[in-house]
Amino acid sequence: MEKEQFYYDNKIVKMFLIATVVWGIVGMTVGLMVAFLFNFPNYMEGIPWLSFGRLRPLHTNAVIFAFVGNGFFVGMYYSMQRLLKARMFSDLLSRIHFWGWQLIIVAAAITLPLGLTSSKEYAELEWPIDIAITLIWVVMGINMIGTLIKRRQRHIYVAIWFYISTFVTIAVLHIFNNLELPVSAFKSYSVYAGVQDAMVQWWYGHNAVAFFLTTPILGLMYYFVPKAANRPVYSYRLSIIHFWSLIFIYIWAGPHHLLYTALPEWAQNLGTVFSVMLIFPSWGGMINGLLTLRGAWDKVREDPILKFFVVAITGYGMSTFEGPMLSFKNLNAIGHYTDWIVAHVHIGTLAWNGFIISGMLYWLASKIWKTKLYSTKLANTHFWIGTLGILFYAIPLYVAGFTQASMWKQFNPDGTLVYGNFLETVTQVLPMYAMRSFGGTLYLTGFILLAYNIYKTAKAGSKVEDELVEAAPLKQITARRIAGEGWHSWLERRTVLFTIFATLAILVGGAVEIVPLIVVPSNIPKITSVKPYTPLELEGRDIYIREGCNNCHSQMIRPFRSEVERYGEYSKAGEFIYDRPFLWGSRRTGPDVHRIGGKYNDNWHFNHMFDPRLTSPGSIMPRYPWLLTDDLDVSTTEAKMKGLVSLGTPYTQSEIDKALFLLRNQAEGIEKNLRQDPEFVKNYGDANMQDKEIVALIAYLQRLGTDIKKGETAQN
Amino acid sequence: MIRFVKHYFEGIANVEIYPIISLLLFFLVFVTMLIHVLKIPKKNIEEISNLPLEGDENNNNYE
Repeated sequence: MEKEQFYYDNKIVKMFLIATVVWGIVGMTVGLMVAFLFNFPNYMEGIPWLSFGRLRPLHTNAVIFAFVGNGFFVGMYYSMQRLLKARMFSDLLSRIHFWGWQLIIVAAAITLPLGLTSSKEYAELEWPIDIAITLIWVVMGINMIGTLIKRRQRHIYVAIWFYISTFVTIAVLHIFNNLELPVSAFKSYSVYAGVQDAMVQWWYGHNAVAFFLTTPILGLMYYFVPKAANRPVYSYRLSIIHFWSLIFIYIWAGPHHLLYTALPEWAQNLGTVFSVMLIFPSWGGMINGLLTLRGAWDKVREDPILKFFVVAITGYGMSTFEGPMLSFKNLNAIGHYTDWIVAHVHIGTLAWNGFIISGMLYWLASKIWKTKLYSTKLANTHFWIGTLGILFYAIPLYVAGFTQASMWKQFNPDGTLVYGNFLETVTQVLPMYAMRSFGGTLYLTGFILLAYNIYKTAKAGSKVEDELVEAAPLKQITARRIAGEGWHSWLERRTVLFTIFATLAILVGGAVEIVPLIVVPSNIPKITSVKPYTPLELEGRDIYIREGCNNCHSQMIRPFRSEVERYGEYSKAGEFIYDRPFLWGSRRTGPDVHRIGGKYNDNWHFNHMFDPRLTSPGSIMPRYPWLLTDDLDVSTTEAKMKGLVSLGTPYTQSEIDKALFLLRNQAEGIEKNLRQDPEFVKNYGDANMQDKEIVALIAYLQRLGTDIKKGETAQN
Repeated sequence: MIRFVKHYFEGIANVEIYPIISLLLFFLVFVTMLIHVLKIPKKNIEEISNLPLEGDENNNNYE
């Protein structure tokens, strides 16, 4: 057969490679900045856009979407062309994908510190950026499918299946989790409320881990580990089983993020069962990756790339063992809201994602620039510093997590909590946070060595950007050849159909979990005393969201004796029906605030926001002095209420018409309360505090969790 | 672990059929896939698993 000559596009690989390195350094640096805030809460004193609640989402988004995202695209653009023996479908689409994605990252880096956020974890970006992500993702998908269609290789290698499932699933997840009603250029409300919002969010959140941090990296593993070890994958049969069982089971496991919450129990249990089952495909994949190195272990001793891969796959095995374990309710009761989860996540990101990508970048650098790696010794140093960094990061946080859980739950013989002051459980683990920052510093240092090593390699290497290759085009398939073939080989050849099947596999799980919750009203019992927020409280809630308070404070009291004793009555599903978005949080660096309303007076909150250490000595909460000086923006209050009405919140027309009047009234009331403190009058007597943001936030905090108490009084 | 799940499902009518349906579904899907996977000829498996290792300059189409 006549061979065709064509070129592989190495330039796009190179562009993504550079972006990965740059964003990797940025994302990890922001992570380190955030980590230092635990021990030095004042070091970014008074700069609103550098406060913890705004930087933490920037860190997570940067490492997930900018570092791992670009890392995946590097490997995807390199391996797809070679596995399919074709140049990418369209150079233009490749470029649009690249620049579009980088622009989205820049937009995130600007909007998140500005406090423009939807508050849903790993989906914080506001609606205009969400739309941009959708468009760019589709561009990538067209480019992928287009390349598959014009391929010169009949069989589609397993790595590409993982890429396809990443594309379709992230598209589905992203769209459904970000359904929101815009009320202004950078503010929107989730179309789901409370429990439903939580369910959709963690269906997304869990599967973002699955399909943005796992399947693409598995694809990279199935291509680059055999490449680096120079031997085929241990068992291709196992990889087929791995693929279908992983994508089928993963999608069901989301609710394990919501165990013991107000989520209906059937949904929680479904999440647990599927999470436990997940260990089988995950470990199948891990074993397949590790055993690919069979007979090559001598190489592991010399080759830093293989070392990275071994630690990465081991990390994958560790975190996919831990995940199912944490889904058991008894272990989840200990781990949830503590630093155990943070440690667990970082084994996945630092070891599994970070090291597969690092190994791949070293391997690719010499291929792309057609020269030897500048320094193998430096790469080895990176490996050892990075590995130490992971240990120094994770181990202290495991200790911290168990310490927190046990301190939260300890009772005195007389039935009171041993550590009734939450702060004691925070200051106790501060040394662990310092060690974690040290671990993070090591890891980042290692990654900077990688950047230097790759820069030197690139400088010494060739500038050629297109690689000439030749391959025969696909022949027409004869009837004789198809006779007797299995359905899977048949399916593999039909790209589009294969994509549809993979989509169906993931849709089933999503639908079974989410549809009943949305259509069956009895799943969320109504509580008559629960009423919508007043205009001022609504604005206060949006400030709570803007400042990212939910990054450290949960609003979900689990039905445990220790939590009811500490925080008050446990949270009910019916209390959240006007919460758009839900703000349950996932981590308690500070105490739960669901029943904070009425616990302290307005002055306490005022002083606490000005400087948390005035009211709570030793607190590591940042200061929010700007809330006391910035005027509350009420220009969109009515628009917000109208938007909420269209989503189902029962504000009356007169409430909307009188919104500003009601808002002022309530604000004046709070200022009056504040003036009862002579200290306040002395310091802020002429400040017109009723116009400031702090008043709205106090109104919201004082409302939190109080509605069901009103119900009790009415019944009595 | 079953004690966490049990009491909740007891309230649903004909609940006994649920686990049986789920079990059957999973069993069928997995067994079909397993049988198929085991049935792929060794030659094909080797060919596909060697795809990443083909040198970039040396493209034989194995057709």
